[in-house]
Amino acid sequence: MELVCPAGSLPALKAAVDNGADAVYLGFRDSTNARQFAGLNFNDKRAAEGIAYARAKGTRVFCAINTYPQPQGWHQWTVAVDRAASLGVDAVILADMGLLDYAANRYPHLPRHLSVQGSATSYEALQFYKDTFDIRRAVLPRVLSLDQVRGVAKHSPVELEVFAFGSLCIMAEGRCYLSSYITDESPNSRGACSPAKAVRWEETADGGLESRLNDVLIDRYARGEAAGYPTLCKGRFDVEGDVYHAIEEPVSLNTLDLLPELKTLGISAVKIEGRQRSPAYIAEVARTWRQALDRLDSGPDFDVAPVWQETLAGLSEGGLTTLGAYHRKWK
Amino acid sequence: MMKLSLGPILWFWSKQAVFDFYARAAEWPVDTIYLGEVVCSRRRELKPDDWLGLARDLKACGKHVVLSTLTLIESEADLRRLRRFCEQDEFLVEANDQSAVQVAVRNNLPFITGPSMNIYNTATLRILARQGLRGWNLPVELGRETLAQLIRELRQEGLDLPAEVFSWGFLPLAWSSRCFTARHYNLPKDNCEFRCLEHPDGMALRSRESQELFRINGISTLSGNRYDLMRQLPEMAQMGVDTVRLSPEYQGMDEVVRRFDRVRRGEMPETDPLQLAEAPPCNGYWYGRPGMDQVSG
Repeated sequence: MELVCPAGSLPALKAAVDNGADAVYLGFRDSTNARQFAGLNFNDKRAAEGIAYARAKGTRVFCAINTYPQPQGWHQWTVAVDRAASLGVDAVILADMGLLDYAANRYPHLPRHLSVQGSATSYEALQFYKDTFDIRRAVLPRVLSLDQVRGVAKHSPVELEVFAFGSLCIMAEGRCYLSSYITDESPNSRGACSPAKAVRWEETADGGLESRLNDVLIDRYARGEAAGYPTLCKGRFDVEGDVYHAIEEPVSLNTLDLLPELKTLGISAVKIEGRQRSPAYIAEVARTWRQALDRLDSGPDFDVAPVWQETLAGLSEGGLTTLGAYHRKWK
Repeated sequence: MMKLSLGPILWFWSKQAVFDFYARAAEWPVDTIYLGEVVCSRRRELKPDDWLGLARDLKACGKHVVLSTLTLIESEADLRRLRRFCEQDEFLVEANDQSAVQVAVRNNLPFITGPSMNIYNTATLRILARQGLRGWNLPVELGRETLAQLIRELRQEGLDLPAEVFSWGFLPLAWSSRCFTARHYNLPKDNCEFRCLEHPDGMALRSRESQELFRINGISTLSGNRYDLMRQLPEMAQMGVDTVRLSPEYQGMDEVVRRFDRVRRGEMPETDPLQLAEAPPCNGYWYGRPGMDQVSG
């Protein structure tokens, strides 16, 4: 299985390459990709440098252009595909059907991966994308259980990549409009979820903290309580008088335990989430997963080293990890 | 004159409640009725044959009937149910994900796309048109500016693809494999005791300042405010919108349909939108603003 790591910047790309990524994925510095963060991502010059660096060490580079262009932005998105092609990336990661069609017609030899934002959760959906746009690979949404992944993998007409580690989206990606309902920007439209421009922190009278998104109270923390970024599905809300994490706790996905199963299912690649993360974070995560994948390939007796789990837990939201939807009980 | 449609029921109602609802709807001035379970694979009060029977009855009453497919397809069982709807030729289907498109195309069945299909540009419509697309719903997060441009571009290309706009009701905003209703009751999803039946309009999720944010409805999350584009109907008509979608609610739907029917005929009521269940109105998405906002027209 291939290890696919995020690169939000040139230093992060180098960290991933140096620590054993088989491939890295990056995006341009605009809303054509689903991780539009101030100060992140690549212009053409940096992308060319990054690609050269990766190539020299045998690492492949994918370019994510995985948001949904509206008529006003259509030209900007097709230009992004042109840029990726002329930079010589190894694949483009796309979600929008119109853009997939553009890429397939204009650059038939440039491999196309279906982004998780394409929201394909069955082999029939994968067949649609294969027949219509000749995609080579698809990234599966994080909503499927391992049994369901097995069902998809058995009949999949394309290579599959699954999420292995990082922030946990619990909604079917590519079809979640919660963020634009509260803030006017969504992953689909602007490449942003719970955008930083809408975040406000306030101290409360008793020394605690409140986090707000476009003035909506997402969470309130007692003095000294650890506070997390106000991703709107991870706040504490009131449902019929109960205040709790009504949608999801702030935890990270970690599928180290599932590696042997994923390999048996014929999964082609595991993906690390986090283009918004620091180079130091990327280095540690890449190193840990490289070790795990190497051990997986070295023989039949795979066991997860405690130090890997400790490292990954230390890098996780709230220090907690979960198998998420892969584990049926989570649902 | 623009058509009125009743979208699929997004909530979980008893079989009797569903039959009663459509018995009344048969008399309402709606042109199109969408039938089927689109949210949760565990909701099986009506079997596929029950839906098909209902579809035939409503067709006999002069309604145009479309069969809607499940939005989030996760298992082989989901695909089996999907095929039941896509392997018949009496009715059009509303495809709510690419699995449904694929099965419809394989069976040469024309289809309409629901609001959860990501149609953001004309290139996407062009491709689906080649595959049998007969009409499409604007994704809920898109507004009038994008819609107007899409309709303009379709006309320029000579593509006749009628546009439908979700115009009244709680907006379907997200689908998860997790069930939030079961989570509220500390029940596993696989043994949820069908608690959604107790909440025919979902459960309100509020901020700790009592602001209505969302409605929990099984695996789906809907808007906390009720989307209401009644006052924007004249603008839609001018733009060339074909169909105005109203999303079923448990009570008061007959009055909602009557109001929209009057407005599409050019009678704008003086008073403001209906207040049914306790939920503030919103129309932000139409104006390119946060969906929860209410812009005075």
